[in-house]
Amino acid sequence: MAEWTEKDPIVSIRDVHKYFGDLQVLKGVSLDVMKGEVVCIIGPSGSGKSTLIRCVNALNDIQGGVIKVRGIDLTDPKLDKLALRKRVGMVFQQYNLFPHKTAMENIMMAPMLVLKEQEEDVRQRARELMKKVRLEGKEDAYPGELSGGQQQRVAIARSLAMSPDVMLFDEVTAALDPETVKEVLVTIKDLAQEGMTCILVTHEMGFAREIADHIYFTDNGVIVEHGPPATFFHEAKDPRTKEFLSQIL
Amino acid sequence: MEFIAEFFRQIADDYPRWNFIWMYQPVQQGKILSGIWMTIKLSLACLALSMVIGVLGAFAQGSRNVILRSIVQGYIQFFRNTPPYVQLLFFYFALGQFTPTFSPDGWLEVPIISNVGWAIISLSFFAGAFNVEIFRAGIEAVPESTREAAESLGFSRSQSYRYVVLPLALRVSLPALNNNLVNLVKTTTQAFGIAVPELLYQSVTIWNDYPSALYPTMLLVFIVYVVLVGILVMSMSKWESSMRIPGYGS
Repeated sequence: MAEWTEKDPIVSIRDVHKYFGDLQVLKGVSLDVMKGEVVCIIGPSGSGKSTLIRCVNALNDIQGGVIKVRGIDLTDPKLDKLALRKRVGMVFQQYNLFPHKTAMENIMMAPMLVLKEQEEDVRQRARELMKKVRLEGKEDAYPGELSGGQQQRVAIARSLAMSPDVMLFDEVTAALDPETVKEVLVTIKDLAQEGMTCILVTHEMGFAREIADHIYFTDNGVIVEHGPPATFFHEAKDPRTKEFLSQIL
Repeated sequence: MEFIAEFFRQIADDYPRWNFIWMYQPVQQGKILSGIWMTIKLSLACLALSMVIGVLGAFAQGSRNVILRSIVQGYIQFFRNTPPYVQLLFFYFALGQFTPTFSPDGWLEVPIISNVGWAIISLSFFAGAFNVEIFRAGIEAVPESTREAAESLGFSRSQSYRYVVLPLALRVSLPALNNNLVNLVKTTTQAFGIAVPELLYQSVTIWNDYPSALYPTMLLVFIVYVVLVGILVMSMSKWESSMRIPGYGS
Protein backbone atom coordinates (compact mmCIF):
# COMPACT_ATOMS: atom_id res chain seq x y z
CA MET A 1 0.00 0.00 0.00
CA ALA A 2 1.37 3.39 -0.97
CA GLU A 3 2.12 5.78 1.86
CA TRP A 4 -0.30 8.65 2.23
CA THR A 5 1.10 11.99 1.07
CA GLU A 6 -0.27 15.51 1.29
CA LYS A 7 -1.23 15.32 -2.37
CA ASP A 8 -3.68 12.50 -1.70
CA PRO A 9 -7.15 13.12 -0.31
CA ILE A 10 -7.08 12.97 3.49
CA VAL A 11 -10.52 11.38 3.42
CA SER A 12 -11.36 9.23 0.46
CA ILE A 13 -14.83 7.72 0.16
CA ARG A 14 -15.31 5.33 -2.76
CA ASP A 15 -18.61 3.82 -3.83
CA VAL A 16 -19.82 3.27 -0.26
CA HIS A 17 -22.88 1.13 0.39
CA LYS A 18 -24.48 0.93 3.80
CA TYR A 19 -27.46 -1.11 4.97
CA PHE A 20 -29.40 -1.07 8.22
CA GLY A 21 -30.92 -4.52 7.98
CA ASP A 22 -32.79 -4.53 4.66
CA LEU A 23 -32.85 -0.77 4.41
CA GLN A 24 -30.17 0.64 2.15
CA VAL A 25 -29.17 4.11 3.33
CA LEU A 26 -26.06 4.71 1.23
CA LYS A 27 -26.16 3.62 -2.41
CA GLY A 28 -22.71 4.14 -3.80
CA VAL A 29 -21.42 7.40 -2.41
CA SER A 30 -18.01 8.74 -3.42
CA LEU A 31 -16.28 11.91 -2.34
CA ASP A 32 -12.76 13.13 -1.62
CA VAL A 33 -11.63 15.68 0.91
CA MET A 34 -8.19 17.25 0.63
CA LYS A 35 -6.19 18.38 3.64
CA GLY A 36 -7.39 21.77 4.87
CA GLU A 37 -10.61 21.59 2.90
CA VAL A 38 -14.02 22.38 4.38
CA VAL A 39 -16.80 20.22 3.00
CA CYS A 40 -20.48 20.60 3.77
CA ILE A 41 -22.99 17.84 3.22
CA ILE A 42 -26.58 18.98 2.94
CA GLY A 43 -29.80 17.26 2.09
CA PRO A 44 -33.23 16.35 3.40
CA SER A 45 -33.69 14.31 6.59
CA GLY A 46 -33.10 10.62 6.12
CA SER A 47 -30.92 11.13 3.05
CA GLY A 48 -27.99 9.34 4.72
CA LYS A 49 -25.73 12.31 5.37
CA SER A 50 -25.26 11.67 9.09
CA THR A 51 -24.73 7.98 8.44
CA LEU A 52 -22.06 8.87 5.91
CA ILE A 53 -19.93 10.89 8.31
CA ARG A 54 -20.47 8.36 11.10
CA CYS A 55 -18.89 5.83 8.76
CA VAL A 56 -15.81 8.05 8.45
CA ASN A 57 -14.80 7.33 12.04
CA ALA A 58 -16.11 3.77 12.04
CA LEU A 59 -19.05 4.36 14.37
CA ASN A 60 -21.02 2.68 11.60
CA ASP A 61 -19.55 -0.08 9.45
CA ILE A 62 -20.07 -0.24 5.70
CA GLN A 63 -21.18 -3.15 3.55
CA GLY A 64 -19.57 -2.12 0.29
CA GLY A 65 -16.94 0.27 -1.04
CA VAL A 66 -13.86 1.72 0.64
CA ILE A 67 -13.21 4.57 3.04
CA LYS A 68 -9.67 5.71 3.72
CA VAL A 69 -8.55 8.31 6.20
CA ARG A 70 -4.92 9.36 5.75
CA GLY A 71 -4.34 6.04 4.05
CA ILE A 72 -5.92 4.02 6.89
CA ASP A 73 -8.36 1.62 5.26
CA LEU A 74 -11.52 1.45 7.39
CA THR A 75 -12.70 -1.75 5.72
CA ASP A 76 -9.57 -3.60 6.81
CA PRO A 77 -10.73 -6.30 9.24
CA LYS A 78 -7.58 -5.67 11.28
CA LEU A 79 -8.39 -1.95 11.46
CA ASP A 80 -6.77 -0.24 14.46
CA LYS A 81 -9.75 1.83 15.55
CA LEU A 82 -7.65 3.67 18.09
CA ALA A 83 -5.21 4.86 15.42
CA LEU A 84 -8.18 6.02 13.34
CA ARG A 85 -9.84 7.87 16.18
CA LYS A 86 -6.67 9.75 17.05
CA ARG A 87 -6.90 11.18 13.52
CA VAL A 88 -10.63 11.88 13.40
CA GLY A 89 -12.54 14.06 15.87
CA MET A 90 -16.30 14.05 15.98
CA VAL A 91 -18.86 16.50 17.35
CA PHE A 92 -22.46 15.38 17.78
CA GLN A 93 -25.83 17.05 17.52
CA GLN A 94 -26.59 16.42 21.20
CA TYR A 95 -23.06 17.44 22.37
CA ASN A 96 -22.77 14.12 24.30
CA LEU A 97 -20.51 15.55 26.99
CA PHE A 98 -19.81 13.37 30.02
CA PRO A 99 -22.30 14.91 32.48
CA HIS A 100 -20.40 13.83 35.61
CA LYS A 101 -17.20 15.60 34.58
CA THR A 102 -16.40 19.30 34.51
CA ALA A 103 -15.66 21.08 31.24
CA MET A 104 -11.92 20.72 31.85
CA GLU A 105 -12.21 17.05 32.81
CA ASN A 106 -14.27 16.36 29.69
CA ILE A 107 -11.45 17.79 27.60
CA MET A 108 -8.65 16.10 29.55
CA MET A 109 -10.03 12.58 29.81
CA ALA A 110 -9.25 11.25 26.35
CA PRO A 111 -5.67 12.61 26.08
CA MET A 112 -4.86 11.18 29.50
CA LEU A 113 -6.60 7.82 29.17
CA VAL A 114 -6.18 7.13 25.47
CA LEU A 115 -2.94 8.93 24.59
CA LYS A 116 -1.47 8.42 28.11
CA GLU A 117 -0.14 11.96 28.21
CA GLN A 118 1.06 13.68 31.36
CA GLU A 119 -1.67 15.41 33.34
CA GLU A 120 0.15 18.76 33.49
CA ASP A 121 0.70 18.96 29.73
CA VAL A 122 -2.91 18.02 29.09
CA ARG A 123 -4.20 20.53 31.62
CA GLN A 124 -2.30 23.33 29.94
CA ARG A 125 -3.56 22.35 26.52
CA ALA A 126 -7.11 22.08 27.84
CA ARG A 127 -6.88 25.62 29.22
CA GLU A 128 -5.71 26.90 25.86
CA LEU A 129 -8.57 25.09 24.16
CA MET A 130 -11.10 26.58 26.57
CA LYS A 131 -9.71 29.98 25.65
CA LYS A 132 -9.89 29.14 21.96
CA VAL A 133 -13.60 28.26 22.18
CA ARG A 134 -14.12 31.44 24.24
CA LEU A 135 -15.13 29.71 27.47
CA GLU A 136 -12.55 31.05 29.88
CA GLY A 137 -13.90 31.00 33.42
CA LYS A 138 -16.14 28.00 32.75
CA GLU A 139 -13.38 25.45 33.34
CA ASP A 140 -14.95 23.95 36.45
CA ALA A 141 -18.57 24.10 35.31
CA TYR A 142 -20.43 20.85 34.76
CA PRO A 143 -22.22 20.35 31.42
CA GLY A 144 -25.60 20.72 33.16
CA GLU A 145 -24.58 24.23 34.21
CA LEU A 146 -23.76 25.34 30.67
CA SER A 147 -26.04 26.46 27.87
CA GLY A 148 -26.39 24.32 24.78
CA GLY A 149 -24.02 26.50 22.79
CA GLN A 150 -21.44 26.42 25.56
CA GLN A 151 -21.71 22.65 25.86
CA GLN A 152 -21.25 22.28 22.16
CA ARG A 153 -18.10 24.41 22.28
CA VAL A 154 -16.74 22.25 25.11
CA ALA A 155 -17.50 19.23 22.90
CA ILE A 156 -15.51 20.83 20.08
CA ALA A 157 -12.60 21.52 22.47
CA ARG A 158 -12.80 17.94 23.71
CA SER A 159 -12.36 16.62 20.18
CA LEU A 160 -9.58 19.08 19.42
CA ALA A 161 -7.66 17.93 22.52
CA MET A 162 -6.86 14.73 20.64
CA SER A 163 -5.17 16.85 17.92
CA PRO A 164 -7.11 15.24 15.07
CA ASP A 165 -6.38 15.78 11.38
CA VAL A 166 -10.04 15.76 10.43
CA MET A 167 -13.06 17.09 12.31
CA LEU A 168 -16.54 15.72 11.67
CA PHE A 169 -19.54 17.86 12.65
CA ASP A 170 -22.87 16.06 12.70
CA GLU A 171 -25.63 18.72 12.65
CA VAL A 172 -23.94 20.40 15.58
CA THR A 173 -26.26 23.40 15.68
CA ALA A 174 -29.53 21.55 15.09
CA ALA A 175 -30.33 21.23 18.80
CA LEU A 176 -29.35 24.78 19.72
CA ASP A 177 -31.34 27.92 20.40
CA PRO A 178 -31.10 30.35 17.49
CA GLU A 179 -29.15 32.87 19.57
CA THR A 180 -26.46 30.37 20.53
CA VAL A 181 -26.04 28.91 17.06
CA LYS A 182 -23.81 31.77 16.07
CA GLU A 183 -21.22 31.30 18.82
CA VAL A 184 -20.74 27.68 17.75
CA LEU A 185 -20.50 28.61 14.08
CA VAL A 186 -17.89 31.25 14.88
CA THR A 187 -15.82 28.59 16.64
CA ILE A 188 -16.04 26.29 13.64
CA LYS A 189 -15.17 29.12 11.30
CA ASP A 190 -12.05 29.89 13.34
CA LEU A 191 -11.03 26.28 13.03
CA ALA A 192 -11.62 26.22 9.31
CA GLN A 193 -9.57 29.35 8.84
CA GLU A 194 -6.69 27.78 10.77
CA GLY A 195 -6.62 25.05 8.13
CA MET A 196 -8.42 22.24 9.95
CA THR A 197 -9.99 19.74 7.58
CA CYS A 198 -13.71 19.77 8.35
CA ILE A 199 -16.63 17.72 7.15
CA LEU A 200 -19.94 19.20 8.23
CA VAL A 201 -23.44 17.86 7.97
CA THR A 202 -25.55 20.96 8.33
CA HIS A 203 -28.83 22.69 7.69
CA GLU A 204 -27.24 26.14 8.04
CA MET A 205 -27.20 27.08 4.36
CA GLY A 206 -25.86 30.57 4.93
CA PHE A 207 -23.02 29.17 6.95
CA ALA A 208 -22.28 26.45 4.39
CA ARG A 209 -22.14 29.05 1.65
CA GLU A 210 -19.77 31.16 3.73
CA ILE A 211 -17.19 28.60 4.80
CA ALA A 212 -17.45 25.57 2.54
CA ASP A 213 -14.93 24.89 -0.19
CA HIS A 214 -17.23 22.28 -1.58
CA ILE A 215 -20.88 21.38 -1.04
CA TYR A 216 -22.43 17.97 -1.55
CA PHE A 217 -26.18 17.51 -1.80
CA THR A 218 -27.40 14.03 -0.87
CA ASP A 219 -30.83 12.58 -1.33
CA ASN A 220 -32.03 9.05 -0.82
CA GLY A 221 -28.55 7.61 -0.29
CA VAL A 222 -26.77 9.12 -3.28
CA ILE A 223 -24.91 12.35 -4.01
CA VAL A 224 -27.21 14.20 -6.36
CA GLU A 225 -25.12 17.24 -7.03
CA HIS A 226 -21.98 18.92 -5.78
CA GLY A 227 -19.79 21.89 -6.40
CA PRO A 228 -18.23 25.00 -4.87
CA PRO A 229 -20.80 27.19 -3.09
CA ALA A 230 -20.90 29.87 -5.76
CA THR A 231 -22.01 27.52 -8.51
CA PHE A 232 -23.92 25.13 -6.27
CA PHE A 233 -26.35 27.68 -4.93
CA HIS A 234 -26.94 29.55 -8.18
CA GLU A 235 -26.58 27.01 -10.91
CA ALA A 236 -28.09 23.86 -9.46
CA LYS A 237 -29.23 21.64 -12.30
CA ASP A 238 -30.87 18.64 -10.70
CA PRO A 239 -34.58 19.16 -9.97
CA ARG A 240 -34.24 17.60 -6.49
CA THR A 241 -31.52 20.06 -5.56
CA LYS A 242 -33.55 22.93 -6.93
CA GLU A 243 -36.60 21.89 -4.97
CA PHE A 244 -34.61 21.47 -1.74
CA LEU A 245 -32.91 24.84 -2.14
CA SER A 246 -36.15 26.60 -2.97
CA GLN A 247 -37.68 25.26 0.23
CA ILE A 248 -34.98 26.52 2.57
CA LEU A 249 -33.43 29.51 0.86
CA MET B 1 -23.50 1.71 86.17
CA GLU B 2 -24.68 -0.55 88.94
CA PHE B 3 -27.78 1.58 89.51
CA ILE B 4 -28.98 0.95 85.93
CA ALA B 5 -28.74 -2.80 86.43
CA GLU B 6 -30.49 -2.38 89.77
CA PHE B 7 -33.26 -0.35 88.10
CA PHE B 8 -34.00 -3.07 85.54
CA ARG B 9 -33.79 -5.81 88.13
CA GLN B 10 -36.42 -3.91 90.08
CA ILE B 11 -38.65 -3.63 86.98
CA ALA B 12 -38.37 -7.41 86.44
CA ASP B 13 -39.47 -7.94 90.01
CA ASP B 14 -42.39 -5.50 89.80
CA TYR B 15 -43.59 -6.46 86.27
CA PRO B 16 -42.89 -10.14 85.56
CA ARG B 17 -43.48 -9.79 81.79
CA TRP B 18 -40.89 -7.07 81.41
CA ASN B 19 -37.67 -8.80 82.34
CA PHE B 20 -34.92 -6.79 80.62
CA ILE B 21 -32.54 -9.55 81.57
CA TRP B 22 -29.73 -8.42 79.29
CA MET B 23 -29.60 -5.11 81.14
CA TYR B 24 -28.41 -6.72 84.36
CA GLN B 25 -27.13 -10.21 83.62
CA PRO B 26 -23.66 -10.18 81.97
CA VAL B 27 -24.07 -13.56 80.21
CA GLN B 28 -27.26 -12.50 78.41
CA GLN B 29 -25.82 -9.08 77.72
CA GLY B 30 -22.82 -10.76 76.08
CA LYS B 31 -25.15 -12.81 73.87
CA ILE B 32 -27.03 -9.72 72.70
CA LEU B 33 -23.84 -7.79 71.98
CA SER B 34 -22.20 -10.64 70.11
CA GLY B 35 -25.47 -11.16 68.22
CA ILE B 36 -25.54 -7.53 67.14
CA TRP B 37 -21.89 -7.71 66.14
CA MET B 38 -22.52 -10.86 64.07
CA THR B 39 -25.50 -9.20 62.37
CA ILE B 40 -23.31 -6.21 61.50
CA LYS B 41 -20.49 -8.38 60.16
CA LEU B 42 -22.93 -10.52 58.19
CA SER B 43 -24.63 -7.44 56.73
CA LEU B 44 -21.38 -5.70 55.75
CA ALA B 45 -19.96 -8.84 54.13
CA CYS B 46 -23.18 -9.46 52.19
CA LEU B 47 -23.51 -5.80 51.15
CA ALA B 48 -19.98 -5.78 49.75
CA LEU B 49 -20.13 -9.18 48.06
CA SER B 50 -23.59 -8.63 46.59
CA MET B 51 -22.50 -5.32 45.05
CA VAL B 52 -19.44 -6.97 43.51
CA ILE B 53 -21.71 -9.69 42.10
CA GLY B 54 -24.07 -6.98 40.81
CA VAL B 55 -21.37 -5.05 38.94
CA LEU B 56 -19.69 -8.14 37.49
CA GLY B 57 -23.03 -9.67 36.51
CA ALA B 58 -24.20 -6.50 34.80
CA PHE B 59 -20.90 -6.27 32.92
CA ALA B 60 -21.23 -9.93 31.86
CA GLN B 61 -24.78 -9.30 30.70
CA GLY B 62 -23.45 -6.72 28.24
CA SER B 63 -21.00 -9.25 26.82
CA ARG B 64 -21.19 -10.53 23.25
CA ASN B 65 -20.79 -14.10 24.50
CA VAL B 66 -24.22 -15.78 24.41
CA ILE B 67 -23.22 -18.54 26.83
CA LEU B 68 -22.00 -16.06 29.43
CA ARG B 69 -25.19 -14.04 29.05
CA SER B 70 -27.43 -17.07 29.52
CA ILE B 71 -25.48 -18.20 32.60
CA VAL B 72 -26.09 -14.79 34.17
CA GLN B 73 -29.73 -14.92 33.13
CA GLY B 74 -30.16 -18.39 34.64
CA TYR B 75 -28.49 -17.25 37.84
CA ILE B 76 -30.85 -14.28 38.13
CA GLN B 77 -33.95 -16.38 37.46
CA PHE B 78 -32.96 -18.99 40.02
CA PHE B 79 -32.08 -16.64 42.85
CA ARG B 80 -34.83 -14.16 42.24
CA ASN B 81 -37.64 -16.66 41.90
CA THR B 82 -36.92 -18.92 44.87
CA PRO B 83 -37.23 -18.09 48.59
CA PRO B 84 -33.97 -16.95 50.19
CA TYR B 85 -34.62 -19.19 53.18
CA VAL B 86 -34.79 -22.27 50.97
CA GLN B 87 -31.60 -21.15 49.22
CA LEU B 88 -29.88 -20.84 52.56
CA LEU B 89 -30.89 -24.35 53.60
CA PHE B 90 -29.90 -25.69 50.21
CA PHE B 91 -26.45 -24.11 50.35
CA TYR B 92 -25.76 -25.24 53.88
CA PHE B 93 -27.26 -28.72 53.95
CA ALA B 94 -26.92 -29.79 50.32
CA LEU B 95 -23.80 -28.07 49.01
CA GLY B 96 -22.22 -28.08 52.46
CA GLN B 97 -21.96 -31.89 52.25
CA PHE B 98 -19.66 -31.73 49.28
CA THR B 99 -17.21 -29.15 50.54
CA PRO B 100 -13.90 -30.48 51.85
CA THR B 101 -13.27 -30.64 55.55
CA PHE B 102 -10.13 -30.14 57.59
CA SER B 103 -9.13 -31.39 61.00
CA PRO B 104 -7.60 -28.84 63.34
CA ASP B 105 -6.90 -31.33 66.17
CA GLY B 106 -6.87 -34.71 64.47
CA TRP B 107 -10.29 -35.65 65.86
CA LEU B 108 -12.88 -33.16 64.69
CA GLU B 109 -13.76 -32.82 61.02
CA VAL B 110 -14.58 -29.18 60.31
CA PRO B 111 -15.93 -28.08 56.89
CA ILE B 112 -13.81 -25.34 55.34
CA ILE B 113 -16.92 -23.24 54.83
CA SER B 114 -18.67 -22.59 58.16
CA ASN B 115 -22.35 -21.84 58.56
CA VAL B 116 -21.44 -18.15 58.68
CA GLY B 117 -19.56 -18.59 55.41
CA TRP B 118 -22.56 -20.26 53.77
CA ALA B 119 -24.88 -17.57 55.06
CA ILE B 120 -22.66 -14.88 53.50
CA ILE B 121 -22.42 -16.76 50.20
CA SER B 122 -26.11 -17.59 50.00
CA LEU B 123 -27.45 -14.18 51.00
CA SER B 124 -24.95 -12.37 48.75
CA PHE B 125 -25.98 -14.42 45.76
CA PHE B 126 -29.62 -13.76 46.60
CA ALA B 127 -29.21 -9.98 46.85
CA GLY B 128 -26.63 -10.03 44.04
CA ALA B 129 -29.25 -11.33 41.59
CA PHE B 130 -31.33 -8.23 42.24
CA ASN B 131 -28.25 -6.00 42.11
CA VAL B 132 -27.40 -7.31 38.62
CA GLU B 133 -30.82 -6.23 37.40
CA ILE B 134 -30.56 -2.90 39.19
CA PHE B 135 -27.16 -2.11 37.69
CA ARG B 136 -28.25 -3.33 34.27
CA ALA B 137 -31.17 -0.93 34.35
CA GLY B 138 -28.75 1.83 35.35
CA ILE B 139 -26.38 0.95 32.52
CA GLU B 140 -29.22 0.93 30.02
CA ALA B 141 -30.24 4.37 31.24
CA VAL B 142 -26.88 5.77 30.05
CA PRO B 143 -27.61 7.07 26.55
CA GLU B 144 -26.04 5.18 23.67
CA SER B 145 -24.86 8.55 22.38
CA THR B 146 -22.75 9.16 25.50
CA ARG B 147 -21.07 5.82 24.96
CA GLU B 148 -20.53 6.70 21.30
CA ALA B 149 -18.83 9.93 22.31
CA ALA B 150 -16.40 7.94 24.45
CA GLU B 151 -15.86 5.50 21.62
CA SER B 152 -15.23 8.27 19.10
CA LEU B 153 -12.57 9.69 21.43
CA GLY B 154 -10.75 6.37 21.31
CA PHE B 155 -11.86 4.88 24.65
CA SER B 156 -11.72 1.09 24.81
CA ARG B 157 -14.85 -0.75 25.94
CA SER B 158 -13.50 -1.22 29.46
CA GLN B 159 -12.32 2.40 29.70
CA SER B 160 -15.71 3.62 28.58
CA TYR B 161 -17.34 1.35 31.17
CA ARG B 162 -15.06 2.37 33.99
CA TYR B 163 -14.90 6.10 33.45
CA VAL B 164 -18.21 6.95 31.79
CA VAL B 165 -20.90 4.27 31.90
CA LEU B 166 -20.53 2.93 35.44
CA PRO B 167 -20.25 6.29 37.24
CA LEU B 168 -23.43 7.44 35.49
CA ALA B 169 -25.22 4.10 35.89
CA LEU B 170 -24.42 4.00 39.59
CA ARG B 171 -26.10 7.34 40.13
CA VAL B 172 -29.24 6.13 38.38
CA SER B 173 -29.16 2.85 40.30
CA LEU B 174 -28.76 4.20 43.82
CA PRO B 175 -32.44 4.53 44.85
CA ALA B 176 -33.23 0.97 43.74
CA LEU B 177 -29.98 -0.30 45.21
CA ASN B 178 -30.88 1.39 48.46
CA ASN B 179 -34.12 -0.61 48.68
CA ASN B 180 -32.43 -3.89 47.93
CA LEU B 181 -29.67 -3.37 50.47
CA VAL B 182 -32.22 -2.50 53.16
CA ASN B 183 -33.96 -5.77 52.37
CA LEU B 184 -30.65 -7.60 52.50
CA VAL B 185 -29.86 -6.38 56.02
CA LYS B 186 -33.26 -7.57 57.19
CA THR B 187 -32.92 -10.90 55.38
CA THR B 188 -29.77 -11.70 57.39
CA THR B 189 -32.14 -12.78 60.19
CA GLN B 190 -32.86 -15.89 58.12
CA ALA B 191 -29.31 -17.08 58.81
CA PHE B 192 -30.95 -18.08 62.10
CA GLY B 193 -32.13 -21.15 60.15
CA ILE B 194 -28.59 -22.53 59.91
CA ALA B 195 -27.65 -21.53 63.45
CA VAL B 196 -25.59 -18.46 62.63
CA PRO B 197 -25.38 -16.72 66.02
CA GLU B 198 -26.73 -13.37 64.85
CA LEU B 199 -29.09 -11.13 66.78
CA LEU B 200 -32.32 -13.07 66.22
CA TYR B 201 -30.65 -16.40 67.05
CA GLN B 202 -29.25 -15.04 70.31
CA SER B 203 -32.55 -13.39 71.18
CA VAL B 204 -34.48 -16.62 70.69
CA THR B 205 -32.09 -18.50 72.97
CA ILE B 206 -32.64 -15.83 75.60
CA TRP B 207 -36.42 -15.89 75.50
CA ASN B 208 -36.49 -19.67 75.37
CA ASP B 209 -34.47 -19.74 78.60
CA TYR B 210 -36.32 -16.80 80.17
CA PRO B 211 -39.90 -16.50 78.87
CA SER B 212 -40.26 -13.40 81.04
CA ALA B 213 -37.73 -11.69 78.73
CA LEU B 214 -39.83 -12.28 75.57
CA TYR B 215 -41.38 -8.82 75.19
CA PRO B 216 -38.30 -6.79 76.07
CA THR B 217 -36.08 -8.87 73.77
CA MET B 218 -38.46 -8.63 70.83
CA LEU B 219 -38.64 -4.92 71.41
CA LEU B 220 -34.86 -4.79 71.40
CA VAL B 221 -34.64 -6.73 68.12
CA PHE B 222 -37.00 -4.27 66.47
CA ILE B 223 -35.08 -1.28 67.79
CA VAL B 224 -31.71 -2.65 66.71
CA TYR B 225 -32.97 -3.23 63.16
CA VAL B 226 -34.59 0.19 62.99
CA VAL B 227 -31.24 1.71 64.01
CA LEU B 228 -29.09 -0.48 61.73
CA VAL B 229 -31.27 0.10 58.68
CA GLY B 230 -31.49 3.78 59.63
CA ILE B 231 -27.69 4.04 59.59
CA LEU B 232 -27.57 2.26 56.23
CA VAL B 233 -30.21 4.53 54.70
CA MET B 234 -28.48 7.62 56.05
CA SER B 235 -25.11 6.63 54.68
CA MET B 236 -26.67 5.73 51.34
CA SER B 237 -28.33 9.13 51.05
CA LYS B 238 -25.04 10.81 52.07
CA TRP B 239 -23.37 8.86 49.31
CA GLU B 240 -26.13 9.83 46.90
CA SER B 241 -25.81 13.51 47.63
CA SER B 242 -22.01 13.41 47.52
CA MET B 243 -22.31 12.08 43.98
CA ARG B 244 -24.89 14.58 42.85
CA ILE B 245 -23.75 16.40 39.74
CA PRO B 246 -24.53 20.11 39.51
CA GLY B 247 -27.17 20.69 36.86
CA TYR B 248 -27.69 16.98 36.10
CA GLY B 249 -30.88 15.00 36.54
CA SER B 250 -32.72 17.64 38.55
